[in-house]
Order: sequence, then C-alpha cells, then structure tokens
Amino acid sequence: MKITLLITGIVANCLIVGAGILLAPASVAQNAGSLRPAESFQSIPDTRARSVALFEEAGKVIQHPRCVNCHPATERPLQGMSMHPHQPPVFRGDAGMGLVGMQCNTCHSEQNTPVVGQADTLKSIPGNPAWHLAPIEMAWEGKTLGQICEQLKDPKRNGEKTMAEMVEHMAHDELVGWGWQPGEGREPVPGTQDEFGKLIQAWVDTGAACPSP
Amino acid sequence: MVTFTLNGKERTFDGDPDTPLLWVIRDLEKLTGTKYGCGVAQCGACTVHLDGMPRRSCITPIAMIDGSDVVTIEGISGKEAEAVQTAWAGLDVPQCGYCQSGQIMSAVALLQMLPKPTDDEIDGAMTGNLCRCATYHRIRAAIHNAANSMEG
Ligand code: FES
Ligand code: FES
Repeated sequence: MKITLLITGIVANCLIVGAGILLAPASVAQNAGSLRPAESFQSIPDTRARSVALFEEAGKVIQHPRCVNCHPATERPLQGMSMHPHQPPVFRGDAGMGLVGMQCNTCHSEQNTPVVGQADTLKSIPGNPAWHLAPIEMAWEGKTLGQICEQLKDPKRNGEKTMAEMVEHMAHDELVGWGWQPGEGREPVPGTQDEFGKLIQAWVDTGAACPSP
Repeated sequence: MVTFTLNGKERTFDGDPDTPLLWVIRDLEKLTGTKYGCGVAQCGACTVHLDGMPRRSCITPIAMIDGSDVVTIEGISGKEAEAVQTAWAGLDVPQCGYCQSGQIMSAVALLQMLPKPTDDEIDGAMTGNLCRCATYHRIRAAIHNAANSMEG
C-alpha cells in the first residue's frame, strides 16, 4: 500500500519521470510454455477425469495474465505479468471500450504498435481491431479454474453461447488469438490457438467436466 | 508515402512508417503546441484529435494515420473550443502550462461528446492527462464553466 501511495505521489508531482516509473519491466517475448496435445489425454481411461485434465491444460491459457487482465472483476483492467491496475487509470465504459473521452482507442489501435525512441522497458502498445474488456459477467480475475469452468458453461455468464459456439470462440476469435501474438515485450500465452481450440473441443466432447471449484 | 490533413491542410510524410505522429507534428511541421511528456501514453501531454477523437500522438505511428484528419491545439475551433478557451482564461487554469495543450484537447473532445458532463464524467475523460502543477481542481471547474456557457 505504501508503495502504491508513493508511486501515486510521484505521478502527481512528476509528469515525465513518474510516467517512466509506472511502466513494469518488460517481460521478454518468448513462449513461456507449451500445451500438451489434446490426443495425449487419451491415456486417461476415465472420461470425466480426462475431461477435467483437458480443461486444466487449457487453464494454462485461460488463467494467464494475458487473458485475465482483460477479464477483470472490477471496472478497471489489469496490466502486465504482475497484473497491476492499468495505468493510466481507465475504466470499463460502454461495451467495455472505455469511458467517454478516454476510450481504449485513445492509445490502443488495431494492431500492436512499436514504441520507438524510448527505454527498453516498453517495446510496444498492444492492439487489435476488437480491443475491449470482457463483460463483467465474464470476469475471471480472482476466480479458481473450477469457477471459471462453470462460468464458461453458463449461458448467462458466457454471452449466451452454446458449447459449440464456445469452442469456435476459443479456437478462432481474433481477440482471443491476440494472446498468442501480444506484441514485442510481452509474454504470449502457452502453445498455439489451434492447440488450445483442440483442448477445448476435446473437453466439450468428453462432457465438459470441471475441476472442483 | 503517408497523406493526412493537419489543421485543415493536406500534408504528406515520406519516411520511416514507425515515426510517431508527435515527432512529425513538432519536428517537421514545427507545431510545438503539442507537448512531449512521457512518450509512452502515460501523461496525455501529446493529445491531438484524430478523426475527431482524442488520441495520444506519441504512440501513434505515422503510417497509421494515412487518410486521417489530425487537429492540434493550433487548429482547434468550434463552439466547444471557444467556450474552453474563455473558461480557461477566466479561471487562469494553467500554472507552468506544459500539460495544458493536452488538457484542452481532452476537454474539448469531452464537451463535443458530452455537452454537460458531471464531475465523474470529467474525471473519467481527463484521468489520462497528468498535471505536475496539480491544476486539476481548476480544470474541472473550467470544464463546468465552459459547459454552462454553451447552454441555451
Ligand atoms: S507524451 Fe504522449 S502520453 Fe505522454
Ligand atoms: S500546468 Fe504545469 S504541468 Fe500542468
């Protein structure tokens, strides 16, 4: 808390230096992990146990900060591998696109854009044509994987999606896909979107069982 | 070659496509009202209007604005801009002034979208514009004054 207050004070008092201090150290762009192929779970004989194991593997993506940061439980998105509140302070607004006068596209554009002439701590500003926050009913921040799993199956909290639509969303949605292409200086989520989509498909095919909450 | 409109005049830029719009505005077009504060979208000093919406020019690659309309503090016009100018002068809003071009660009954009903003709406729109002189209280009052002056 003291550190937060200190940083807030620095920002208020120092326009230029304060801004630099707020930037988290860049995480080096590298694939921090891979995903086990969906087929490899065939070795688990019990269907329910296999389904849970498949979802737990997919959870490496779902619970990665790259995904959770834009599924916040409050009105404010998170940032970075440390999942700190987004700086500058921005809020959900209409359709998750930010408040009037401070919408996401004040800074974010349709693609990741390089930051030039600056310290190495910030290499790019992330962007995507669909850049916005997930609706509050789809919040993942602070939830267990089991809770997120139940949420994904609940039409009231998954955007009224059928499970087939959920698979399609996970496997092909462009903003979901940003997680694997997060721009220079950001760690991508593990594996590939194709592998992730296959895990979700196999999870649904095995009854979409959830880990205990 | 990038072609865009800057304060109503057609301009072209033929150089590195990653060049920030802010550098083009200040170094090539010599319009120095738009300020460089942080260069990383953290302070708002570089705010311009891109196709009518506020945009941080420091992190806007010039290649992105091909065909767009850019307005800076030097070219801002219309009833909201006039109301803001009068209100700013009336309350002596600036202290050192460094952040004020960005503050004014954000304030004018806000009033164009919300003619009578509440305190919360002002805070929401202005939260990305830092002021090291802490003129925030006068900025908020001046936006209310500008909104009131446009009524009727
Ligand atoms: S200079 Fe662009 S936001 Fe600070
Ligand atoms: S008036 Fe000095 S930084 Fe705002």
